[in-house]
Amino acid sequence: MGLIARPEPGGVVRGEADVSPDSWVTTRLDFLVNWARANSLWPMPFGTACCAIEFMATAASRYDLARFGMERLSYSPRQADVLLCAGRVPYKLAPVIRRIYQQMPQPKWVIAMGACASTGGMFDNYSMVQGIDTIIPVDVYVPGCPPRPEGLMYGILMLQEKVKQERLRDRALRREMEPDPESQLYIPASAINELSEPFGNSVHQTRSGL
Amino acid sequence: MPPRAFQPYAAGSAVADAEAPRTPVNVPHRGGPANPSAAALRAAFGEDVVRRVDVVWGETTVYVEASRAADVVRWLKEDAGQRYDYLVDVTAVEYREPERPIEVVWHLRSLPFRRFLRLKAELDKAAPLEVPSVVALHRSADWLEREVYDMFGVRFEGHPDLRRILMWETYREGHPLRKDFPLRGRFSRAEQLRQALRTEPEAHYSMEEITVAEAFAHLPADMRARLGAGPKGGPAEQAGVE
Amino acid sequence: MATTKRTVEVALSTNGLDRDGRPQRVPLVTDAGGNVLTMEAPAALEPELEGEHMLINIGPQHPATHGVLRLVLELDGETVVRCVPHIGYLHSGFEKMGEYRQYNQIIPWTDREDYLNSPGNNVAFALGAERLFGVECTERAKVLRVIAMELSRIMSHLVWMGTTAVDIGAFTPFLWTFQERENIYNLLEGWVGARLTTSMTRVGGMAADLPDGWTDGLRKFLRGFPATLEESDRMLTKNGIWVGRTVGLGAMNAEEALHYGLSGPMARASGVAYDVRKDFPYLDYETYDFDVPVGTNGDVYDRYLVRLEEMRESVRILEQALARLPEGPINVDDPRLVLPPKHKAQSEMESMIHHFKLVMEGPRPPVGECYVPVESSKGEKGYYFVSDGTAKPVRWRIRPPAFVNLSAIPKMVEGHLLSDVIVINASIDIVMGEIDR
Repeated sequence: MGLIARPEPGGVVRGEADVSPDSWVTTRLDFLVNWARANSLWPMPFGTACCAIEFMATAASRYDLARFGMERLSYSPRQADVLLCAGRVPYKLAPVIRRIYQQMPQPKWVIAMGACASTGGMFDNYSMVQGIDTIIPVDVYVPGCPPRPEGLMYGILMLQEKVKQERLRDRALRREMEPDPESQLYIPASAINELSEPFGNSVHQTRSGL
Repeated sequence: MPPRAFQPYAAGSAVADAEAPRTPVNVPHRGGPANPSAAALRAAFGEDVVRRVDVVWGETTVYVEASRAADVVRWLKEDAGQRYDYLVDVTAVEYREPERPIEVVWHLRSLPFRRFLRLKAELDKAAPLEVPSVVALHRSADWLEREVYDMFGVRFEGHPDLRRILMWETYREGHPLRKDFPLRGRFSRAEQLRQALRTEPEAHYSMEEITVAEAFAHLPADMRARLGAGPKGGPAEQAGVE
Repeated sequence: MATTKRTVEVALSTNGLDRDGRPQRVPLVTDAGGNVLTMEAPAALEPELEGEHMLINIGPQHPATHGVLRLVLELDGETVVRCVPHIGYLHSGFEKMGEYRQYNQIIPWTDREDYLNSPGNNVAFALGAERLFGVECTERAKVLRVIAMELSRIMSHLVWMGTTAVDIGAFTPFLWTFQERENIYNLLEGWVGARLTTSMTRVGGMAADLPDGWTDGLRKFLRGFPATLEESDRMLTKNGIWVGRTVGLGAMNAEEALHYGLSGPMARASGVAYDVRKDFPYLDYETYDFDVPVGTNGDVYDRYLVRLEEMRESVRILEQALARLPEGPINVDDPRLVLPPKHKAQSEMESMIHHFKLVMEGPRPPVGECYVPVESSKGEKGYYFVSDGTAKPVRWRIRPPAFVNLSAIPKMVEGHLLSDVIVINASIDIVMGEIDR
């Protein structure tokens, strides 16, 4: 129960009150469904750069993603649960990741692995998307450049926790976000510009003024 | 079919009397012995084509006249005493001073003689930026020249398919490696994203969904012609393309 | 004998229909008992199979493209008639950013372009920048850099072998090769603190010296690694499936290889005996005793053999490097380039100012330009620097071997089947970070 707020295109935030009480049946059902979902999240590895190599190392023998039920990598988005964006996403690749995300059926989650997928990383320039959350909704951000396999696994466990806290009655969680038809943006342009601003004083340390 | 054995080689492919390769030590900043090809070029082409020869950090740079660059590259490849058979790189340099010309740079290597040569052509920014293409001589120049076009706006005459390669083909912000192009691009981030998301609004990437119509527009011209009018009712037919 | 002549519909071995889609009718003469006497063959018994070429898009998101590469294939059935590659899906603006950073600040970016060969890129950058500054690194740094380059060559070829095996259908070598990579990761992490993106050189030297016991760790790795190579060799080299799927594919002869500008294992498999370590040596490579494998046919199988053998040769070089590793400083003693020791910077005013100026303004090379190539795992890699005397380069150009190697793919896949395209693409050993920069 409580107020669940979802931002809509145009920046309007509307709340939905979850008014019906949980019963024993729904709680058990939630537990069962979430347990099944969390422990067999089939990732769709959208691996672009160095993080993809660390993802492969996480899937290999030493760190072994199979323990989390994630060894079945699905390169077809139609059969995947988690879009694992591992690596930097330039603007040329933006429509691709948007299309892949839209092709995934609900329930779906997104892990932004690495600094570049989370915020653009060390690539604050004309060609790089400053974080894939400007294009698609992200559930878990895993920092690192590249994150160690342990870091990625921590992020995956965090996602599993998030999955386990979902409620079936909460329809808002599984509603597909529609982009603004004219601009194709999910979040308002001002929000995108704000998210993409250079962070803190990191830019000025080089005295290049840029 | 049984696998073949192969012989490990110990040495390179140079001619027998080429200088033995050594790690360079104490390389002088300027001066130092020039690549003998520079003098040979001067003798073959004269002073109006071979403008200047510089030796910097042991590497010889020959400045040539822009319109004759392909002839120079051809002579260097075909002359028996030069045999520059390997094109390493084609790139361009723009300096920070706005009045300096843009330089198109070719890096050439002669594997038989173990030599390295840099050719440069200066292009005045006030004039159209054009140089002849060397694709017919070195096929590796194909993509390298496309990249120079994409990043600097230099056109290569004679290139079969000069279009953008790293940025998308309808990229409107300009040529990124020019000095008047800001690091973060000209448009705001939201506008860059809007333009990027619009490039292929109906992009299909799975094999079941691709239709000839969508990929059609992005193909080179001769492939389009060979595929004919496209599928019935596709945009090619609607547009009246024969 | 009475004969009857009638026409019958003939069921043909193909689809039995003529051009208009109607069943073919042929004249037939039979006797009273129904035995066939003569039959006239129809004019066109076998209808021509009409087909059109099909356009197939592979990528940019695809498990087998080794990164974000997009191939548009024109297929005649399953045979490739034409291939048009589209790249740029990982264009990260490296060369532009290099113009806004000091030389040492560019080094982390060199890790990220060819991310399989990060230490190699760091070494290539340091060599080029040091030539631009007119300094030479110390003897110890030279040997450490050789160790870094050969380790990165092994790392890169291990990924190549694992992922190519997966493309062809063999999953187990992937696990073996990645396990060996973990051993190398442990070594690198002990040396510089990072597994993959190492940033292990600086202009003038190295980021860090070897910790105690590191050389023993490397010796242990070198003792165990040839056994893994043997395992993979036994599994793949004479394997009927492997041989059947790789021999004769994507062959380029030596002339074509030179014309297309191939370098590295791609060129050597085609018979071009060009290795930057041998022909234009650096870091005293001419004093090391190693061979360079050169193939004959230039097909995928030869490229596999060349890379496998290169890993063995790298082991040889590493053993020699370990044997000759001298003591001494890792950084050149040049105050223009190298920070003062920390204890001095924290106690003496001059050293603190020196440290401050070097960090805030960066070392400034003289006006000039240089290009120092190295043999990376993909081929001839080099950074072309143009300096105007300031702390930031005017132009920083990355000569990407995989970019030029990939441009030959339309030539290599013509006439092959669709599944061969995947194998040929894998054999080029592309890394999109380097191709798209």
